[in-house]
Amino acid sequence: MDKKIVLLKDTSIGAADKTKEYYSLILNLLRDQNLQDSVQVVRVADIGFYDQGLVLKILPGQVTYGRVQESDLLPVITETIQGNKVLDRLALEPNEKQLRIVLRNCGQIDPENFDDYIAADGYAALKKVITEYKPEQVIEQLKASGLRGRGGAGYPTWMKWNFARQVKAEQKYIVCNGDEGDPGAYMDRSVLEGDPHSVIEGMMIGAYAIGASQGYFYIRAEYPLAVERIQKAIAQAYEYGLLGKNILGTDFSFDVEIRLGAGAFVCGEETALLASIEGKRGTPQPRPPYPSIKGLWGKPTVINNVETLANIPVILLKGGAWFGKIGTEKSKGTKVFALTGKIKNSGLIEVPMGTTIRDIVYHIGGGMLASKGIKAVQTGGPSGGVIPKEFLDEPVDYENLQKLGSIMGSGGMIVMDEDDCLVDIAKFYLKFCVEESCGKCAPCRIGGFQMLSLLENITSGKGTASDLAKMRRIALAMQKASLCGLGQTASNPVLSTLKYFAAEYKSHIEDKKCVAGKCRYLLNYQIIPEKCKKCGLCLTNCVFGAITGNREQGYILDPAKCTKCGRCYEVCKFKAINKG
Amino acid sequence: MTEPKLSEDIKKVVEKWRNKKGSLVMILHEIQNAYGYVPRETSLELSKYLDVPLARIYEVITFYNYFKLEKPGKHRIAVCMGTACYLKGAPVILQELKELLDVEEGHNTKDGLFALDVVRCLGCCGLAPVMMIDDKVYGKVKKEEIMNILSEYGKEE
Repeated sequence: MDKKIVLLKDTSIGAADKTKEYYSLILNLLRDQNLQDSVQVVRVADIGFYDQGLVLKILPGQVTYGRVQESDLLPVITETIQGNKVLDRLALEPNEKQLRIVLRNCGQIDPENFDDYIAADGYAALKKVITEYKPEQVIEQLKASGLRGRGGAGYPTWMKWNFARQVKAEQKYIVCNGDEGDPGAYMDRSVLEGDPHSVIEGMMIGAYAIGASQGYFYIRAEYPLAVERIQKAIAQAYEYGLLGKNILGTDFSFDVEIRLGAGAFVCGEETALLASIEGKRGTPQPRPPYPSIKGLWGKPTVINNVETLANIPVILLKGGAWFGKIGTEKSKGTKVFALTGKIKNSGLIEVPMGTTIRDIVYHIGGGMLASKGIKAVQTGGPSGGVIPKEFLDEPVDYENLQKLGSIMGSGGMIVMDEDDCLVDIAKFYLKFCVEESCGKCAPCRIGGFQMLSLLENITSGKGTASDLAKMRRIALAMQKASLCGLGQTASNPVLSTLKYFAAEYKSHIEDKKCVAGKCRYLLNYQIIPEKCKKCGLCLTNCVFGAITGNREQGYILDPAKCTKCGRCYEVCKFKAINKG
Repeated sequence: MTEPKLSEDIKKVVEKWRNKKGSLVMILHEIQNAYGYVPRETSLELSKYLDVPLARIYEVITFYNYFKLEKPGKHRIAVCMGTACYLKGAPVILQELKELLDVEEGHNTKDGLFALDVVRCLGCCGLAPVMMIDDKVYGKVKKEEIMNILSEYGKEE
């Protein structure tokens, strides 16, 4: 019998980890069977499954068993390890929920090594396109693929390209939007840093399709490594004759430059981004005319997101029809998410469109941190909304998320638990948009400010019953009348929390209570006499004079003087201060 | 590079960009990289040199968060207020820094040793809450650790 390896880990949640006990049990059983020399048993820290009881992985052969009981151990040894037979009742479905298209090279190749990229089929799609395809054929492939813009709005990429292609102009431009500004999202950064050539290749294919001879990378100045990697990759491409005049001996010529963003979220809006590349204030313009007709310096311009461009080489290499088979009816391919928040495994993930939120949170994210229950998932950043736990089994695609009152956005996905106050979250996102509003149009500038002050009242206990109706009216005005996407969507986090968590708003307004205990001004502190050891630590730490008393009689807290700073709660070693 | 005028180095940079379209933002980036901020004297010189009204230069500088008009403190502390960090306690970290350093966000400490900034997202949400001092990233920061972290920067003086 070949040497076998057994990996094991107890993945039970909320119970003591029994990996060690099982480990000795297996070793004993193996010794009984006289197999101790041909089977190696390894305890691992992470086995890729969560909340599946004891998980065993048997190598080679890649059989994985879950919820293994003590009585199962002997059959596993005799039948699977010795007999090579799979026990179906224990076998777990392989955890292949992820599919890497955009991130295909990230972490696999050295991003600064040109040969690595070439070895991974790099620039093969470009070569095929410029030597075999007409621009129309490129657009046909994209149409067949069904690829939609990954920057947030989900506009079909082929249509964008086709508009720009049809316009006759001496000069056209293609721009890569790498000004990723959503708080809690870093997909573009990872692709730019991990696989810069694929973005350049995608951009070149786009340039060929629309007839552009000049491209710009617009990248956040806050991402110095991404800028450095793209700079290096561009230099390498020039060196190998993949950029410049008559690329690969064809008539196609293309040049690329980098422009740095300077910290303005509104520059994610196409027209604002173009103004910024032109060296001006990044304020948006009314559309139409759309940039594909009249963009950078008045010339037809296509703006694509980093992730969109990283998809392009694979689509052209494997064919649009192949890509069109992945995903749901209207949303094709995969989506990269920055999965963060109160889950075990934070990180960048890529899943086929149509994966359920539950699969993302529990199978890939490994479930919730601590034992707190999940409350909601936020997608789409400041322009998105929250999805409450009732909808965990909904598949993720453009239409479905919109139906639920959120958006796909650029790919931030933040998991929240019972400790998070949704009113506070709405305030957080709205504050972001208010700070980032460029101030050009009144609905966004004034509406956002007013709505924020209403939210601030509510979270500090000064809310009134009419506030919710007022917020809804302001939100409607902002949606209808704002000049650009920032203002039109700024109220989404408020509207979606109002829709699903109205009770939470109500308890803030009527009962002056924050269930999650997040809103500082709604908290009340009290000293519990039974637990108090009269040490006086709270008294010395209260700089507002709200605590009085002495070592003999104990201490009391005067709510009228309390500023709710929480200092006493933190310093008390006996948990004798009640917060609620 | 302490003289905040249009030094020869800056002139070289400007020449590099002069004939390119829409280069003002990029020139400002280069100036800020050299001095850590965009000094008023430099903007005045730049205005003459490029024949662009000063107001036009200031309109751009003040629009973007990235450009600074004040000389920053010796060490820049950037506290991340991205959503993941916010949920995992960044406001507590910020409050502690403000109290320890006696400074408001966006300003320098009185001794000029630190500048405290709040930033959107440092792009390492997996390490939340995160703060960065100069180029060093501190992940999963706890309130109690901050004093120790800061003291390392005080020692060098």
